[in-house]
Amino acid sequence: MRISKKVKNMPPSGIREFFELVIGMKDVISLGVGEPDFVTPWNICESGIFSIEKGCTSYTSNKGLYELRLQVSKFIKNKHGIGYDPENQILITTGVSEALDLVFRAILNPGDKVLISDPCYVSYHPVTFMAGGKTVFVNTKGTGFKLTPSLLKKSLSKGVKAVLLNYPANPTGVSYSKKELLELSRIFIKHDLVVISDEIYDELTYDFSHTPISGLKGMKERTVYLNGFSKAFAMTGWRVGYACGPEDIISAMTKIHQYTMLCSPVMGQIGAIEALRGSRHYLLEMKREYKRRREYIVERLDEMGLVCPKPDGAFYVFPSIKNTGMNSIEFAKKLLTQEKVAVVPGTAFGSQGKGHVRMAYASSMPDLKEACVRIERFLKKNTNLAVTATE
Amino acid sequence: MKEILEILEKDARTTPQEIAKVTKKKVDAVKKAIKKFEKDGVILKYKTIINKEMVRDESRAVRALIEVRIVPQRGHGFDQIAERIYRFPEVVSSYLLSGTYDLLLVVEGRDIQAVSRFVSEKLSTLDNVRGTVTHFLLKKYKEDGDILKRAERDKRIAISF
Repeated sequence: MRISKKVKNMPPSGIREFFELVIGMKDVISLGVGEPDFVTPWNICESGIFSIEKGCTSYTSNKGLYELRLQVSKFIKNKHGIGYDPENQILITTGVSEALDLVFRAILNPGDKVLISDPCYVSYHPVTFMAGGKTVFVNTKGTGFKLTPSLLKKSLSKGVKAVLLNYPANPTGVSYSKKELLELSRIFIKHDLVVISDEIYDELTYDFSHTPISGLKGMKERTVYLNGFSKAFAMTGWRVGYACGPEDIISAMTKIHQYTMLCSPVMGQIGAIEALRGSRHYLLEMKREYKRRREYIVERLDEMGLVCPKPDGAFYVFPSIKNTGMNSIEFAKKLLTQEKVAVVPGTAFGSQGKGHVRMAYASSMPDLKEACVRIERFLKKNTNLAVTATE
Repeated sequence: MKEILEILEKDARTTPQEIAKVTKKKVDAVKKAIKKFEKDGVILKYKTIINKEMVRDESRAVRALIEVRIVPQRGHGFDQIAERIYRFPEVVSSYLLSGTYDLLLVVEGRDIQAVSRFVSEKLSTLDNVRGTVTHFLLKKYKEDGDILKRAERDKRIAISF
């Protein structure tokens, strides 16, 4: 009885066994990785090294280095025209993951409900649960994994305090146009909801420009905008993210953060300053490469007979594997053992992920090509699919 | 169409079919564009980058960077004398620079003696060459944007969300 009831009641990850299988296997081509395959651009690495040489090894202000908050503020202002005061509307966190935890703990009273789409990123439900909230899952399977005004209206019940948005989304790659966001925002305003918007993949939007929902009329005062450096700057291991929002929520989040995390690692913060100040040339090159890989994998899967809508952003495809006759765990296990290609079963992302798998195209082009050859061979061997495909 | 160059510069073996797939263009259009690049001299040729540290070519085992000061010629500037020099097969690269000297040559030879002989017998004796400084190369780390060691293995964990 040493473990708390809360943790005991925490929803377990249903596919741990599958993960152990992947990790125990050698020479796997993994399309199961949720982070860029690029290493952090050298100018950022170098500034991190220099910060250590200079002896910058101490705590920073709880809110994060002022210079970083200032740069974040300028970056958002220049890019999206949204003004956040670096003094009291921006908090530097240890990745967006920490920010999520903080924001739920900051706003939820026991039993408060949070709308989250299903499927979604793995931590949304557990952090809501840990903060005492109740998740109301919105099944987005019928709407191409998108929240729509009518879905929202149906899901709104008494006690819904907040809604969590994530776009471009992990695991589906789905994003929203400005028009769609406007429609959603009207409902958020009408029902006085707090919107937590995880936009960590915003830089990786391929066909239209990304609109932060906090920039829409009437939204800034109710939105906590979450972003960070992990995906756009290939800095996952540096653990730097930020939350921007109304002063009262940021201040409440800071209150928890100062007792739990104290501050994000200082070297990471200094690297992040360089990321915002330095050349973005490398970033755009990464984005173009991801976009090419997206075209490649979508078309290849299509040739094989797997239904795969083209994702708007991030670096994931979420094809349906229904017509293989296998369920998602079975598919992933068999593909792994027969062809040594790792993908993530869709059920890892919620019950509505069933019949899908997540494949990340954050892998080098040669690896991606080889993975597709193997998947095709796998489909030919185990299903009626891919028999006419040529390559 | 510039994207085609970006792709080929990364991997010259990418086929027109593959390029068409990732750029959402027609295969024929890609083929045509590549043909045009080749014809216009935008694409000069397709080469393989070999780590020469691992396969020693005896006849080119030693490499030197040579600074050359030259007297420009009326009507031709540096070009004619530069051509006179870069046409020697020992000269691998040749650049005209601003600063204290004029040409920077990369020269290869069988051994130090061979390079020295080239400098003293061929290069220095040219009428317009006023002087040379030879630096023998000890180790190559990076060349034309490529770091000369095998890419490190993927350090990411095999599965993450």
